[in-house]
Amino acid sequence: MNTSSSLLRRRKLTQVAIFGFFRLSAAINGIALLVVVYFLVAKGWRAINWTFLTQPPKEAMTEGGILPCIVGTLCLSLGAILVALPIGVASAIYLNEYASPGRLLRAIRVGINNLAGVPSVVFGLFGLAFFVVWLKMGVSILAGSLTLGVLTLPVIIGSSEEALRSVPDTYREASLGLGATKWQTIYRVVLPAALPGILTGAILGISRAAGETAPIMFTAAVFYTPSLPTSIFDEIMALPYHIYVLATAGTEIEATRHLQYGTALVLIVLVLGLNLIAIIYRARLQRRM
Amino acid sequence: MAKGSQTGKSRQRREGAISFFFFFVALTSITILTLIVVFLFWEGLPIFSKVSVHDFLFGRYWYPTDDPADFGIFSLIVASLAVTAMSAVISIPLGVMTALYLAESASARLREWVKPIVELLAALPSVVIGFFGMVIVAPFLQEIFDIPTGLNLFNASLMLAFMSVPTICSISEDAIYSVPLELKEASLALGAPQWETIARVILPASLSGISTAIILGMSRAIGETMVVLMIAGGAAQLPSSIFDPVRPMPASIAAEMAEAPFRSDHYYALFATGVVLFVFTLLFNLVSEHISNKYRQVGAATL
Repeated sequence: MNTSSSLLRRRKLTQVAIFGFFRLSAAINGIALLVVVYFLVAKGWRAINWTFLTQPPKEAMTEGGILPCIVGTLCLSLGAILVALPIGVASAIYLNEYASPGRLLRAIRVGINNLAGVPSVVFGLFGLAFFVVWLKMGVSILAGSLTLGVLTLPVIIGSSEEALRSVPDTYREASLGLGATKWQTIYRVVLPAALPGILTGAILGISRAAGETAPIMFTAAVFYTPSLPTSIFDEIMALPYHIYVLATAGTEIEATRHLQYGTALVLIVLVLGLNLIAIIYRARLQRRM
Repeated sequence: MAKGSQTGKSRQRREGAISFFFFFVALTSITILTLIVVFLFWEGLPIFSKVSVHDFLFGRYWYPTDDPADFGIFSLIVASLAVTAMSAVISIPLGVMTALYLAESASARLREWVKPIVELLAALPSVVIGFFGMVIVAPFLQEIFDIPTGLNLFNASLMLAFMSVPTICSISEDAIYSVPLELKEASLALGAPQWETIARVILPASLSGISTAIILGMSRAIGETMVVLMIAGGAAQLPSSIFDPVRPMPASIAAEMAEAPFRSDHYYALFATGVVLFVFTLLFNLVSEHISNKYRQVGAATL
């Protein structure tokens, strides 16, 4: 009797300890996120003012603002989504609506999964060899957007597929039953129902593209250009690359620390902001369904 | 009637064309993957007219700008493997336990908070994590461990770990959820406490999914560029301690590509390094795919 109650107590203790470890792990993630955001906000917010956001860098990038970087990052990430969204959604439509299981479908899936696993710096090499050199686009917004678009493609395919999958089959059956063709059903019924989910994926895609550095290092970004881009063949500055350059290659690394924190803060506000929008929007959608 | 069948036929033809169009677009991913392979090899293979494959992979010296230059990436490969392994030591327990927390012990309300946190952690741009590791973590490590530089293998691994935790966590969580409820209930009904159910039933049943998660997390770590570029230290040497500076493959490519003259030996060697890196991640991905296909848990019967 005595031993069994002590056994019970020991079991209970183990239970508490193990679940405590689980909780601790989850907490460590939260703390890591908080610490990163805290330091960037605490040290970066002072750098941010109207001049910082609306002026180009001055005095060999030790003063002034980051306007060209903000514009550059917007160009690149919007360009990337223009490339990735149509291709990604169309691929997802094929995978979810048309494809029948078999070797071909498996091959396409393996292709997508492996594309998702390609390191970002390898995308950079590919963009350099293919878009910049072989297609003679030069270091440009176009080449950078295409490289980032290719990198975002698996993200868009994944989220679009999930959105299509969440459309109930009864919708499709009702439409087909009324005599609509498959394409009419997809275009008029399935896509409108899946649109919010697809848009959420697009927002996440934009934020992913905005934060990438390695793929644009050889394809689009330059250390410094004072003018804003006028065509898609211009080279540009970008937020992530600017952080890297100021933090590692500048002549006055310590003196520009506040600019580095400021740029990093602008970047995470942009990226985490987009992600928060997507997360909240998705939570609302799920509640509605 | 005749008219009806004709529109029927043209309708059918149009539908056929549309379905072919979508099939064609869906091939884009494979096409791009093929193009990546072709262009990496195209720009990388010429280096092997100067060094043999063996000397390139196992050569100990990486002095690409010396005359004569040395193109041996062994220390870069070892560095990549070292940061990946070291980060896995941190990220595997952290990721899997967080997944277990989310799937087995968190209340619905806490889940709604923790899941977005993990997602936001995944969304942090790598350059920001690299910057944080450089200006905050490195001086801190330097001070408490009294080491010459905080930019080293350990710091890079630590930062990489937090980048692979979200991957490991979310895929493991899916795997844990897919364990049939009957298994869990059977174990609990036999009187096994919750933790024993987790250790003896849920973990074994979701092992293939968790392995997939771990491999994909490690694949993310080995290919991650900005973090190792900014905080691994950059020394092309074999590490003898976890506080040694190292130069993993992605760091070498990203740092040197801008300086390497177009289509010089150095340029070719960097592309060839890209091929090696690509092959590593490809292997990781194929292995994880193989595991998840072969050991997929279908119902309760296959356990």
